[in-house]
Amino acid sequence: MENIICACGHSNPYGTKLCEKCGRPLTEEGKETKVVDMRYDGMAIRSKTYNKTFIDKIWNFFSSVKVGITLIIITLVAASIGTILPQEMYVNAPEANKAEYYEKVYGWFGKFYNSLGLSDLYSTVWFQVLVGMLAISIIVASLDRGIPLHKSLKNQRVKRHESFMKRQRIIAEGQVQNPDATLDKVEQKMTQLKYKVRRDGSALLAERGRFARYGPYINHVGLIIFLAGVMLRLVPGFHVDETIWIREGETRAIPGMDGYFIKNNEFTLETHDNKPQGEQLAQGVNVMAKNYQTDVTLYKQPEGALPGDLDNLEKVKDYSIRVNHPLKENGFALYQMNYRLNELKQMNFNLVSKANEEEALGQIEIDLTNPKKEYDLGNGSSVEILVYTPDFSGFENGEPQTKTSIPNNPAFLFRMKTPETPKGEVSFVEIMKPPLEPLGENKYRMKFAGAETRDSSNFTIRKDSTVPILFVGGIIFMIGVVIGSYWNHRRLWLQVEPDGRVLMAAHVNKNMFSMKKDLDAVTSFAELPQYEDQLEKPEDAEKSEKRGIKKKEGDSTL
Amino acid sequence: MSLIDISGNLLFVAFIAYLVATLLFGGSIKQSNATGKNTDKWGKLAIIVTIIGFLSQLGYFITRWIYTGHAPVSNMFEFTTAFGMFIVGAFILIYFIYRLTALGLIALPVALLIIAYAAMFPTEVSPLVPSLQSHWLTIHVITAALGQSILAISAVAGLIYLLKVVDLKKPSKQRFWLEAVMFFLVVVIGFVIATSIFSGMGYESNYTYVDKEGTERQITYNMPPLFGMNEYKAVEEHGMSPLVEMPALINAKKLTTVVWSLLVGSILYLLIRLITRRRISAMFQPFVQRVNLHLVDEIGYRSVLIGFPVFTLGALIFAMIWAQQAWSRFWGWDPKEVWALITWLFYAAFLHLRLSKGWEGEKSAWLALIGFGIILFNLIAVNLIIAGLHSYAAS
Amino acid sequence: MEKKKKRLVIRTIILAVLVLAIGYTVYGTATKDKVELIAVGSEAPDFTLVDLNGETHKLSDYKGQGVFLNFWGTWCKPCEKEMPAIDRQYKIYKDQGVQTLAVNIAQTDFEVQSFVDRYDLTFPVVIDKTKSVMTAYNVGQLPATLLIDPDGKVVKIITGEMTEEKIASYMELVKPK
Repeated sequence: MENIICACGHSNPYGTKLCEKCGRPLTEEGKETKVVDMRYDGMAIRSKTYNKTFIDKIWNFFSSVKVGITLIIITLVAASIGTILPQEMYVNAPEANKAEYYEKVYGWFGKFYNSLGLSDLYSTVWFQVLVGMLAISIIVASLDRGIPLHKSLKNQRVKRHESFMKRQRIIAEGQVQNPDATLDKVEQKMTQLKYKVRRDGSALLAERGRFARYGPYINHVGLIIFLAGVMLRLVPGFHVDETIWIREGETRAIPGMDGYFIKNNEFTLETHDNKPQGEQLAQGVNVMAKNYQTDVTLYKQPEGALPGDLDNLEKVKDYSIRVNHPLKENGFALYQMNYRLNELKQMNFNLVSKANEEEALGQIEIDLTNPKKEYDLGNGSSVEILVYTPDFSGFENGEPQTKTSIPNNPAFLFRMKTPETPKGEVSFVEIMKPPLEPLGENKYRMKFAGAETRDSSNFTIRKDSTVPILFVGGIIFMIGVVIGSYWNHRRLWLQVEPDGRVLMAAHVNKNMFSMKKDLDAVTSFAELPQYEDQLEKPEDAEKSEKRGIKKKEGDSTL
Repeated sequence: MSLIDISGNLLFVAFIAYLVATLLFGGSIKQSNATGKNTDKWGKLAIIVTIIGFLSQLGYFITRWIYTGHAPVSNMFEFTTAFGMFIVGAFILIYFIYRLTALGLIALPVALLIIAYAAMFPTEVSPLVPSLQSHWLTIHVITAALGQSILAISAVAGLIYLLKVVDLKKPSKQRFWLEAVMFFLVVVIGFVIATSIFSGMGYESNYTYVDKEGTERQITYNMPPLFGMNEYKAVEEHGMSPLVEMPALINAKKLTTVVWSLLVGSILYLLIRLITRRRISAMFQPFVQRVNLHLVDEIGYRSVLIGFPVFTLGALIFAMIWAQQAWSRFWGWDPKEVWALITWLFYAAFLHLRLSKGWEGEKSAWLALIGFGIILFNLIAVNLIIAGLHSYAAS
Repeated sequence: MEKKKKRLVIRTIILAVLVLAIGYTVYGTATKDKVELIAVGSEAPDFTLVDLNGETHKLSDYKGQGVFLNFWGTWCKPCEKEMPAIDRQYKIYKDQGVQTLAVNIAQTDFEVQSFVDRYDLTFPVVIDKTKSVMTAYNVGQLPATLLIDPDGKVVKIITGEMTEEKIASYMELVKPK
């Protein structure tokens, strides 16, 4: 890999397209075309210079923009495949039955989709590796291009060789009367147009918006920071994602948030008092919710208190958690995610004689969150709870069993004592069922007399320390994109020989339209010869366009 | 007259104005073709009428916002109408940079079609579910729609470019696909016609059916049912019975709508071809004869450059901020999110192809059309087909 | 030549860092969903809970003794089955320096008391009313048993039902030497 010696004597690294010093085209291709390729200002892209070791080969692979674009397209296609059927996280089936769900609902295709892992596509290894490769490509390609470009822009010379200037898209040639005055006038006008002007003898370089060339590199830095932030979420401690169900009246320790407790004071569900219409009907929405809200109190243990120690809880604040209005505290946020209405909280029973059910001997109110062993009704009657099963599921060896600790189907084994039956009668009462009387026919029974219910709320607890990083990444990305898109790098080279011969060339990395406005202004002000756009020569417009695509690969430059 | 009526009238005025402006733009080009001059009164008049239409639609937007109390971008009708408005806005912006009349001749009909399409959805004011009650959502949706509409202008430029460049005399892939784009536009008209006719007749048939999870549901067809839902039973049927029953996986009602639109659209297309004896692309070609290809190419590129950052901000960054607030996570791989990402990746690829691979001119024009196709897919298909499986409105 | 070498080193480092980052991401995602109790070998988080008799039990008070810490609920069938066995072993090992503590998950006093009465359990049963100890130990499935040695370190974690033989061997494990 030898250096290329330019006609001007400058030694350029292998792969350079335009001499770093004078701008002469160095490749055969460059010498043939009418308009040179100005990407990266003709600097050697680093990857193309060394290709020896294994590492270099990998590096060069990722340095290629073609590979980068291919990776973007593959990611795009993969992402779209994941939307053909709903992803597992949105499927309404228990974790273990998801595979069956896909087969049941979507037939063979669902089975196929699920078995290929496409139903959880975005967390598959290959998808992550794909995004990772995209990240490598962004970093490597940016390094390889950004650094040489920066060097080239920094070391720009004012004076360029004729062959360089003549191969720019915009050129003007002609004669002027007064060389020095022309140069002065151009300088004056271009300065007025906010260009930075440098002069070197008979040559002049006017430049504006050079920073626009850095836009793509800045936005790539932003993207990488963003992706790094996403990756950091996996590091323990950076990201907390817990969930909690809590009933009205309960106080619970908040998982993930050590030392904090939350009390559910009240859950409210408000609905719009309107009839569903149009789209809502189509989507099967019956009543539209207006607001889900849980009024909570947040408590904190005093410093150094142990788990389980509920003395001296300090109240932090009262808050109403609503959708879009999470409770925020100490970097954590609690979101209203779900609710369950009408769980039994209290059940009332009347102790009645079967002979006369209308006249009760008294009523007991069983607080299901704290049932008492015995309820004294006065007048010699009392009711004792022998067994309480919150979620009765049947008998096993004569013992009533409970499925869960939630009062979905409460059942009681009562012993009822009355003056008439001082020894007591035993009755098994299950909600909505006739009582069982295991020890023989009773004279009395417990008659259901109403219940009180409560609601429960489901919160998600999140802490995401990576959010600031993601935010910074996003902002840098936006700055880079905006710089790269809304500004452009304009340059004008002018050479006025003492004999009055003028050669002018101009380059802009995008938006030739506004560059031409500047050129028109300076041309008329300094009475320069009329410039021409080499890509718009009417006689061979078609031809140059085709050649433009094939050979120079675009005049738009990074 | 209440505010909502005023709002409706303003939208109607805007629609008529766009229609008139389209004709004026056409006239302006015809005239300059004939005289060979670009200085024309028609063109000026056309852009003035366009601006009047835009202001009128802005009036619709603002009055509806005041009336409903939330930004009118919360359902298909409102969002799509706003999208149409932003396309006109983006066109006006680009027009004042480049002064290309041909742009109006394509951009305005596209906006008209989009607004007409929007009007086929229920226009009632509907209240918001809690997750949608957020300022960030408003900001996100409006910015995203703005970005999409600027990107749409690049497709308009691309179409003009292709109309000029593709040789319509010889059969080619390009000629086929260009006409396919035209056909698609006619199918949208077909949808509008079919929907208007049947709703004008007040057509309604009711069925019960069994959905894919086995629950029985009810459904109302507003078009004569060509396809029946899974295990459908008629509750109240008019005119005809479904011809074919569909499995539970396919929403036969939507399929019916699509097929009716295709039918009406195809008939319309055939009629146009029979009457004019030309391809639709060929009908447009004379209007773009005099455009400067370099300029059109630059407009297409410039719209992507202007639109891409706006789209990124609206459809990804603001969307993440809203999602973080409403759903506790900034990203959830929801189909709507994924398709926004796909759109973004596509335009990223577009820019890289253009910058480093030199995909300019015709290639770039095709890409711009594909990009707009993805945007429309996100708007129509993801909302109506895919999102039916996991809809934002579900919770 | 020097320059080329330097470049190769830089490239190797950059690629290695990136590959490691991707590897970590893949690994992290794969293991993300596994719910783990606190790590074996770590210090058992101290706590304080009140038993049915109103007595306060603080884990650190049992330093110097082994602790057999069992999380349970009355609705949990395997818990119910192993309870009598635990009680029998408790009676044997309590004088050899192994304390048994059963932590009930937020049930009512009534339910817990009737359960204890029914099986005539003699070891202390505490109720974690706010699930704060359960949260601190990250207990997901019941029953869960932690063996804590006299120094307060977690020696072993068992999820699921245990046979009486096993229970005996576990108590033996944390017996002070």
